[in-house]
Amino acid sequence: MNASVIIFYCIAAFILITGLLAVMGRKIFRSAIALLFSLTGIAGLYFWMDVNFIAAVQIIVYVGGIVVLIIFSIFLTQRSGEEMPKPLMKRTIFSVLAVLSGLGLTCNLINQYGFGSSSNQSAAFKADVADIGTQMLSTTEHGFVLPFELVSILLLAALIGCIVIAMKVKHEEK
Amino acid sequence: MNEISITHILFVSTALFFIGMYGLFTRRNMITMLMAVELILNSVNINFVAFNKYLYPGKLDGVFFTIFVITIAAAEAAVAIAIIINLYRSHNSIDVEDASELKY
Repeated sequence: MNASVIIFYCIAAFILITGLLAVMGRKIFRSAIALLFSLTGIAGLYFWMDVNFIAAVQIIVYVGGIVVLIIFSIFLTQRSGEEMPKPLMKRTIFSVLAVLSGLGLTCNLINQYGFGSSSNQSAAFKADVADIGTQMLSTTEHGFVLPFELVSILLLAALIGCIVIAMKVKHEEK
Repeated sequence: MNEISITHILFVSTALFFIGMYGLFTRRNMITMLMAVELILNSVNINFVAFNKYLYPGKLDGVFFTIFVITIAAAEAAVAIAIIINLYRSHNSIDVEDASELKY
């Protein structure tokens, strides 16, 4: 049991506990903050797995972007000091049953599958930013330039769509 | 090389996925449902990176899928929040039970 194993279990416990707080808290602002800590813990898990670029993107986009958007929308739409109403008891019981059965089934499947005991560990995993950038914009066989351009069009569409949805409609007299 | 096998990472992401599912089932507030969806998407990202690192260490495809999922999740959150704010403006509530005009 070396330090890496202990760090992994600490990060995993942190992610799961803050995730549980995010979905079970009665105060919406507290659950948004718990979501922020959970996403930061996931970035820590990416650092643990040696994918530094993904960890940086996770912190920038999720922690710096999406959580801030969520907190802004909480301030715009909710009285954030009040507690939210409890969910119905029947709904809670059935969701817990469904979630636990799904969790048991999936964990059982993962446990039985084994994944070939990860035999091909010979090649070291290396995710340099230079390699990622080169392959992202390459037009050869394993390049990702087409989804890159598609995502840029999607972002433009989302930008215009947000403006159109949130725009105040003026009622003009005919 | 660390000694954690891929199975343990998959257990963590499975647990995170079902935590998100629980939030999606029990919450009736749109912002908290959006937060549960973000948890689910993050568990999928962990899966992609873990598969790439442990099963195909010579390639980078899982990393690319993770990048695209993060991008699309950002766009989805922005559009969802625009819809939520617009709904709040017209209904004064963001509870999904109150938004029932298109139901039948």
